[in-house]
Amino acid sequence: MLRYTLLRLLGAIPTLLLVIVLAFLLVHAAPGGPFDDERVLPPEIAANIAAYYHLDETLPQQFWRYLSGVVRGDFGPSYRYRDHTVSQLIGSAFPLSLKIGALSMLLAVIVGVGAGIVAALRQNTVADRVVMTVAMTGISIPIFVVAPVLVLLFAVKLHWLPAGWSGNAGYARLLLPVVSLALPQIAYIARLTRASLIDVLGSDFVRTAKAQGLGIVAIVRFHALKPALLPVLSFMGPAIAAVLTGSVVVEEVFGIPGLGQFFVRGALNRDYTLVLGIVIFYAALIIVLNLIVDVLYGVIDPRIRHR
Amino acid sequence: MSLLEVADLGIRYGASEVVAGLSFSVEPGESLGLVGESGSGKTQTALAILGLLPAAATTSGSIRFDGIELLTADEEEMNALRAERIAIVFQDPLQALNPYLRIGQQIRRILLQHGLASGREADDRVIEMLERVGLPDPKRQFGAYPHQLSGGMRQRAMIASALIAEPDLLIADEPTTALDVTVQAQILELLASIRDDTALLLITHDLGIIAGHCERMLVIEQGGLVEEGLTRQVFAAPQSRHMARLLEAAPRLDRDGVRETVVGKTVLDVRAAAVSFREHGSHRGDRRLRAVRDVTLQVRSGETVAVVGESGSGKSSLFRAVLGLIPLQSGIVSFLGERLPDDVRSRALSVKRELQLVFQDPVSSLNPQMIAGKIIGEPLLVHAPELGADERRRRVLHMLEKVGLPDAFVTRFPHELSGGQAQRVAIARALIMKPSVLICDEAVAALDGAVRNQILALLEGVQDETGLSIVFISHDLAVVRGISHRVLVMYLGRLVELADSARLFTRPRHPYTRALIDAVPVPDPAAARGKQIIAGEVPSILAPPSGCAFHPRCAYAQDRCIAERPNERIVDGVTVACHRADEIDLTVC
Repeated sequence: MLRYTLLRLLGAIPTLLLVIVLAFLLVHAAPGGPFDDERVLPPEIAANIAAYYHLDETLPQQFWRYLSGVVRGDFGPSYRYRDHTVSQLIGSAFPLSLKIGALSMLLAVIVGVGAGIVAALRQNTVADRVVMTVAMTGISIPIFVVAPVLVLLFAVKLHWLPAGWSGNAGYARLLLPVVSLALPQIAYIARLTRASLIDVLGSDFVRTAKAQGLGIVAIVRFHALKPALLPVLSFMGPAIAAVLTGSVVVEEVFGIPGLGQFFVRGALNRDYTLVLGIVIFYAALIIVLNLIVDVLYGVIDPRIRHR
Repeated sequence: MSLLEVADLGIRYGASEVVAGLSFSVEPGESLGLVGESGSGKTQTALAILGLLPAAATTSGSIRFDGIELLTADEEEMNALRAERIAIVFQDPLQALNPYLRIGQQIRRILLQHGLASGREADDRVIEMLERVGLPDPKRQFGAYPHQLSGGMRQRAMIASALIAEPDLLIADEPTTALDVTVQAQILELLASIRDDTALLLITHDLGIIAGHCERMLVIEQGGLVEEGLTRQVFAAPQSRHMARLLEAAPRLDRDGVRETVVGKTVLDVRAAAVSFREHGSHRGDRRLRAVRDVTLQVRSGETVAVVGESGSGKSSLFRAVLGLIPLQSGIVSFLGERLPDDVRSRALSVKRELQLVFQDPVSSLNPQMIAGKIIGEPLLVHAPELGADERRRRVLHMLEKVGLPDAFVTRFPHELSGGQAQRVAIARALIMKPSVLICDEAVAALDGAVRNQILALLEGVQDETGLSIVFISHDLAVVRGISHRVLVMYLGRLVELADSARLFTRPRHPYTRALIDAVPVPDPAAARGKQIIAGEVPSILAPPSGCAFHPRCAYAQDRCIAERPNERIVDGVTVACHRADEIDLTVC
């Protein structure tokens, strides 16, 4: 297991390198530059700024300079947020994004798995159809539609919850962002859980458990839940990536000062280093979380563990 | 009063009736055999007794257990009976045990469920039970996962779980069908010795098993009872035509002649063939799995060579490599004196058509989206593209006729065929290019007795007519006996004996061959008892024993067998790899 984990970590290096190269090229291919403004700068000053940020070097030179910084954990200075390094910006904004992301994943797993189990045990009944229809709707509607609609309903019409971030305090302001982020994931997880639990309940070892006099609740808890959750666990990797991207939208909609907002502003401002830093940070995060998912898979399935 | 009384039982799925008007009873403590072909309703009956039929099934009639009507009992009443009074052992222990839970936990859960024991006491009872079913080191096996045990040990664990609550009735549904032959004998012996006063309902397709292990027996055909009585009497004088037919179709080692050796030119020549696989991802790094080691074999024209061995013997790997489907590690394969490239992709089209293959499971080896005519004619598109559609059709119809299927089958899809019919289509596809060698990999293992015999007769007919050579890979010596000229016995990747059928079945030279012969259940109650059963199971091919790989299970093993691997040598015209082949007498009486 340890060997496997180390090998996987080594294998992540080329992936990460590829991400860095692609992101670097894409950012630099975008028209305009970080210091293009309505007010045209005198050529000497522009040249000075370019020299200060090494923008006058060739692209390979700039890339090499950047990469050697990244290896040392230095993502460079932000071009727009003066006096801040990219690392500082990520460090200040990420805890909030992490909180919202983790809470919505937790919500998604609890509600999704619960709904999936109910649907599987009540297969082809009204309860099953309701859960599946709601789930399908949740999957079909994009997050940038769900979030404003939730705001409209619960904040503007019903006045139950705050609509935005600033000016509000406590956990109430977390609720709508977390729910909007979790909704599509709840839907996916519910469908997955239902399908895989139905599959497991049809397996021979469940028939054996029935022949041993175990009731359906005991069978699900003791025999069926663990294998039924394996596909859900596999889905955690893509789900985490989806929540990260989703958070960019949700943070915009609710005005949350998280990493997503920096990402969007960075892209609009051509803040090369900031955008690159966040992309690489997210990529590394997704790789590590996926690795954790795969290791957990081995913990649950003894046949993989013993291989 | 009878323990179980089944009266006028009917089970149907929509319009199709799988069991109809079935009545029988099980007396306390007796061992009752239930025999029937596939699809006769044996398993459905067992599931009905336990109330485990799928929701789509509807039942009629009555099943009374100790005065309780089971067909109308609710789930709570049934759960109180299951395991505690009626228990079942299923066919395939790998599927029937939960792969995610430790063996001990699974068995322990039964005690907790029925409130029979808890805590340490439950642990102790499980360990004691594991010991009784013959699991070595039961304390350790308590914590093992099913995949860590061998097939036989898994079935022992399954039996332990069935008997842990001391039921009055134990149903065993084909309990040994998924196991190796030598292990089958051990498991049947265990079932007979361990059950004390628990009644046994033993369900099987194998008359030999019934003959050896049941006092009384039932024969069912298409969901209805056709015969019942004392096993001795039924075998001696079957009253129903169906039982007579079953008995007729049962393969036997102790009857019929064997085929005389043919003298023909060598068609297929395999020299010192070795096959190995890499086992990935073990924590000690990659290991080499040496599936086949130094096997030499010639197949003559018009000859049937049977290749026999248990799981891990390498019999299938050897011929996949001969066909070039998997890489040969070393060795030479020649066809009509010409050496063939190892990889099938490098072989000439004209050679490829000479070696054809028929698989075990006919239905899954045929493309479900193609009609039989297309399946049979497909090789023509590759090997004889110049033929017109009319000529192709003529040849397909000719092949259909040859394998004994009417013209109308041309448009049938595989799922519309029975197992026997599908295997005929597979054979027709293999034979349409008129190959010299047909390799049948367990080609009749999934078929019922009578159908199997028809397929074997078909192959023999084709051989007599065309001089086809057949390599017949099988785990079952009894099936092999009637059709093969020569037999190659393999164990853990090596040849242990290669002999003419006449010699091999009367005087085997290797103790393993003799063990295989003894392990075959004989469909004769008088002859069935008192056979010697060899101990142990086939060791892992990843860690074969030293010296002669068979020595840990061999009654004749000496120090030399442990230390030194026996070379192949010729003793009285038989190729055998045993140090003691010329001193011990293994004659089958």
